[in-house]
Amino acid sequence: MPATKLSKAAAHDPASRIFDLDVSSLRELNQALHNLTPGSNETAWEVLHPKGSHSVAVGVDQPVSIDVRGSVGYYCGGMNSGSTITVHGSAGPGVGENMMSGSIIVKGDASQYAGATGKGGLLVIEGNASSRCGISMKGIDIVVHGNIGHMSAFMAQSGNLVVLGDAGDALGDSIYEARLFVRGKVDSLGADCIAKEMRPEHLELLQGLLDRAGVTGVKPSEFKRYGSARTLYNFNIDNADAY
Amino acid sequence: MCGIVGLFLKDKSLEPKLGAMLSEMLISLSDRGPDSAGIAIYGAPSKNEAKITIQSAKPARDFRDLDIELAKAIGAPVSIAVKSTHAVVRTAPAKIDEAREAIQALRPDIRIMGAGDVVEIYKEVGLPEAVVDRFDVRKMTGTHGIGHTRMATESAVTTMGAHPFSTGADQCLVHNGSLSNHNNVRRELIREGMKFETENDTEVAAAYLSSQMAHGKNLGEALEGTLSDLDGFFTFVVGTKNGFGVVRDPIACKPAVMAETDQYVAFGSEYRALTKLPGIDNARVWEPEPATVYFWEH
Repeated sequence: MPATKLSKAAAHDPASRIFDLDVSSLRELNQALHNLTPGSNETAWEVLHPKGSHSVAVGVDQPVSIDVRGSVGYYCGGMNSGSTITVHGSAGPGVGENMMSGSIIVKGDASQYAGATGKGGLLVIEGNASSRCGISMKGIDIVVHGNIGHMSAFMAQSGNLVVLGDAGDALGDSIYEARLFVRGKVDSLGADCIAKEMRPEHLELLQGLLDRAGVTGVKPSEFKRYGSARTLYNFNIDNADAY
Repeated sequence: MCGIVGLFLKDKSLEPKLGAMLSEMLISLSDRGPDSAGIAIYGAPSKNEAKITIQSAKPARDFRDLDIELAKAIGAPVSIAVKSTHAVVRTAPAKIDEAREAIQALRPDIRIMGAGDVVEIYKEVGLPEAVVDRFDVRKMTGTHGIGHTRMATESAVTTMGAHPFSTGADQCLVHNGSLSNHNNVRRELIREGMKFETENDTEVAAAYLSSQMAHGKNLGEALEGTLSDLDGFFTFVVGTKNGFGVVRDPIACKPAVMAETDQYVAFGSEYRALTKLPGIDNARVWEPEPATVYFWEH
């Protein structure tokens, strides 16, 4: 997929609590985030110099905003519950894995299995996502401005995956019930994934997702919808090759 | 997991820093593989000398007077530079094969890490930092290099099981993943006359590439062949005398990230391996596509 340049860090918000990972440890950052209680005044956080660290802001369960100024490694924002995490850079594998609610915005690209197993919330990737984006998604909404790699939405169970660019091979392989909206070309569909009719309720749903993801100038009618043909729900010997 | 790195310099002014840059890249990935670490560095070519990197568990015994005995055995001048358990033997390029045989006859316990006009290979059991310190890798200069920190899956934790694996002159390879058909491929390569030192799957991949290149393919074509002939998970980073290549299997579950600037092309299993490189904030950074060969040559 084409590369995107990492976003330049924006100016710091003077009121935010700043964690510089050149000075503090990742454990201190995550512990401070886990110590937050409902109604805390510390609602704005900034993380400096993440330098590809793993597990940045994992397991946050309060509605705070966290700006990460740089690129992160594995599992950034994993299990997020209610917070808004913005990565001003690119994200490594498993960004937002098992997210419950809240939102994660990646300004650059995301590596493999972005939003895997997510149960809720919104994951926005402003660049491209790699393979297995939304694998086993269980209710999360994922909006990718660029392209996604192969085997995306594999075994997806619930939620919405919106792709403004192209999708790689085997999109939606063995999909259960998630809705996939792709604006560009799809290299191939996986087992039991089919193109579906775009009904008014889907256009409305998609417009809502585009609005929430800050996408402008793109119409829901430009997308195709894909989903499950539901032929793999019960074992059928004629489908043995597809399982 | 294993961690792999590679650095191919385009800007000659960085050549004195190659060892230091590659060392930092490798150390940043220590927790991907605590079992062993290794590095291959391609230095400046010399018209009248080629090199063999050798290793011994008993360097004091095996390296003593080896230069004198070897020079006598092959009838040509020989120099030896010892670094801990390794040593680099230098002699006339035409005498390299003869020197290799003579070393094994004179010192049967010595292991040959690699040979060629420019490559030197250092690998040992232990964490990258310990290996880098032991061989003073930070001070090494060169045009390109590859490194590996190993989490053993397919074979024993030994010096010989460490990467890089070198199976041809100035060729070497590091691997993250595991191959499932390595025994079959090994048998076929043995039939062709290749020799193996370990049970390691990665040695098979290295030998496969050497065999393909011996049949006249270039590095890019040889790497293409891995996609159909090797089965399993892999990200390979390979070095040749003047080239540097990367390929991932079609499933591509092993991580990889690359960066390119006017000064270099760099590979890391993770982005954090690249964060200390000069100009990384403005580099083109991308994830190599599955089943796609990338390579550069000087």
